[in-house]
Amino acid sequence: MTETVGTPNKHYVNKAPFDPDVAVTLTPEQERYYMASQWRLMWWKLKRHRLAVVSGAFLVAVYVSILISEFLAPYDLQARHTDFLYAPPQSVHLFHEGDFVGPFVYGYKVSLDMEHLQWLYADDPSKVQPLRFFCNSGDYKGSKYEFWGLLSGQFHFICPAKGGQLFFLGTDRLGRDVLSRILYGARISLTVGLIGIIISFSMGLTIGGLAGYYGGMVDAVVQRIIEIIRSFPSLPLWMALSAILPVTWSPLLVFVGITVILGMLDWPGLARAVRSKLLALREEDFCVAAQLMGAKPSRIIGRHLLPSFMSHLIASATLSIPSMILGETALSFLGLGLRPPITSWGVLLNEAQNINVVALYPWLMYPVVPVILIVLAFQFLGDGLRDAADPYK
Amino acid sequence: MLSYVVRRILMMIPTLLVISVLVFIIIQLPPGDYFTTYMNELQSQGEAIDKAKIEFIKQQYGFDKSMPEQYVTWVWGMLHGDFGYSFEYSLPVSEVVGDRLLLSFIVSFTTIMFTWIVAFPIGVYSAVRQYSVGDYSLTFLGFLGLATPNFLLALVLQWMAFSTFGTSIGGLMDPVYLEADWSLDKMLSVLEHLWVPVLVIGTSGTAGMIRRLRANLLDELSKQYVITARAKGLPPGRALMKYPLRMSLNPFIADIGNLLPEVISGAAIVSIVLSLPTTGPMLLTALQSQDMYLAGSFLMCLATLTVVGTLLSDLALAMLDPRIRLGGDANR
Repeated sequence: MTETVGTPNKHYVNKAPFDPDVAVTLTPEQERYYMASQWRLMWWKLKRHRLAVVSGAFLVAVYVSILISEFLAPYDLQARHTDFLYAPPQSVHLFHEGDFVGPFVYGYKVSLDMEHLQWLYADDPSKVQPLRFFCNSGDYKGSKYEFWGLLSGQFHFICPAKGGQLFFLGTDRLGRDVLSRILYGARISLTVGLIGIIISFSMGLTIGGLAGYYGGMVDAVVQRIIEIIRSFPSLPLWMALSAILPVTWSPLLVFVGITVILGMLDWPGLARAVRSKLLALREEDFCVAAQLMGAKPSRIIGRHLLPSFMSHLIASATLSIPSMILGETALSFLGLGLRPPITSWGVLLNEAQNINVVALYPWLMYPVVPVILIVLAFQFLGDGLRDAADPYK
Repeated sequence: MLSYVVRRILMMIPTLLVISVLVFIIIQLPPGDYFTTYMNELQSQGEAIDKAKIEFIKQQYGFDKSMPEQYVTWVWGMLHGDFGYSFEYSLPVSEVVGDRLLLSFIVSFTTIMFTWIVAFPIGVYSAVRQYSVGDYSLTFLGFLGLATPNFLLALVLQWMAFSTFGTSIGGLMDPVYLEADWSLDKMLSVLEHLWVPVLVIGTSGTAGMIRRLRANLLDELSKQYVITARAKGLPPGRALMKYPLRMSLNPFIADIGNLLPEVISGAAIVSIVLSLPTTGPMLLTALQSQDMYLAGSFLMCLATLTVVGTLLSDLALAMLDPRIRLGGDANR
């Protein structure tokens, strides 16, 4: 030791007093993160998935819109405009001959083509029909409605001019406004998916839960059933089952029937996921502990096991809603599903069944646009949820 | 391996039996049968009914017997190649079905080939160039393919095929060849018509396949052996082809089981729209007119085809992937 006492060391020494807890204490952000519940973490992770958030917001908006379809649609569902059969879509203009008028549409100039026996429609520049917003006048055909079949009303967010027409997406064979029908159709098409998923979710949970928890015989039987159901091509099976629904049933009953069929055939995928998760989880210590304390199987499954992978289930349920919506659309398109007067997007597309429509009246295919958008939104949201379902990764 | 194959084949038997029971229940469920509908129709048109003939057929096909007896007769007949009698066509079912089943098979087979050929390069590209513009746009295209209802795509494509290429609408071949024997021209005509249904049926399957292949390959590519291989200076192409790609190929084979029901479902609706002479449209009319043996045998054939397809894919997978254990259910 050549160093004399009192001379400073050559290396740097922090003057601040040493805190032995420095590795244990958390900064506020860290604390916020580490103490957050699983669901909160998932929410944070989901928020980072921009596309999923946008899709989720879109879906919420659409589902809210079906509560007030009557306000949003300019015409009532069944209102027929016999002077305007197969009228093409009108487009919105702002300027008429250089002057600013505000949003308006041109009226139709209708002529009959005797050679091809079809109505010809053209814009009539002399008929400037400004749009009306938030109108409550009820002075045109199809303006009166029964709100959810209960209250009569005539308020709309957007209305045609007095004595004018407003067919943003054209009209169909009977002169009904396609846009209004799409807005009303959302009610049925979107609820089919929701009710169907509730059925399949509860079936999948119960059956998959039983199979996974008890294993053995129960599991073997359930596995076989799942295999059999999955080996059926789904569409022919749907077709066969919906052909069973009696013709005498009211359209509403048919709607219930179709939904139940779609739900009943969708559960195997979910049940399989539940089963494999349960098989792995039931060996965990917390589960054994619950068993030793004498908890009943229903309590162990419902209270301890299911919550630990609920998030995954919700994600996969979100991903299987689109297939139901598409299934309903396909069945109704074939005429095996819902029947008028119940109106869904599939029922609307039923009108576009033949190739003449594609050639002559392509606007009858517009109902496919919301179908695609909704399915895409569910896909993106489901993808985001699936990523967020495991926030600890 | 042999015992695995045997056990797997034996397991098919109960599955098929249960399926046959289900199919039988499904076709029996609608109230009444073909003859009640048929007689009502004739009566409403004021035509005379040949009661004797109908009674004869009814007896021959055991309509007077109990349900289980009818079921046994049906299954027993099928085992002997007698698929029953189509009342609507007044022909044995096997004669009605034969041709159409072949065309169905051609369409399904081509579709699966198409799915593979398209999904493979795209999936690999998307994984290798992850998050590139190409990856994003292809992924989006795939999503779009999943979301578009098949039948409308079919309609639009058919219209385009007609307006741009002048291909005749509907059917799988030019009307001139309908009655002709198989020849080169007829084959070409079939090929010319085949692309629309194949494209339409294949889109959703292709989209799903691309996503799975991409995910699998990405998992493999981030593993250490790949990094080691790159670090040691293996050319990128080889470092991709030699192991990671082979590892991520499993879904291609494992998916036949999933793909097949999907393709057959898709084929059913698309052929109805395009009026292809495959099984779809016939199944639809058979179901609507309660031509029960026709519908039942159809459903049965489709289900059998799927079960066999799944079996083949399982066997192929067991052969190609040594990690798959051939033991029983216990260690699955």
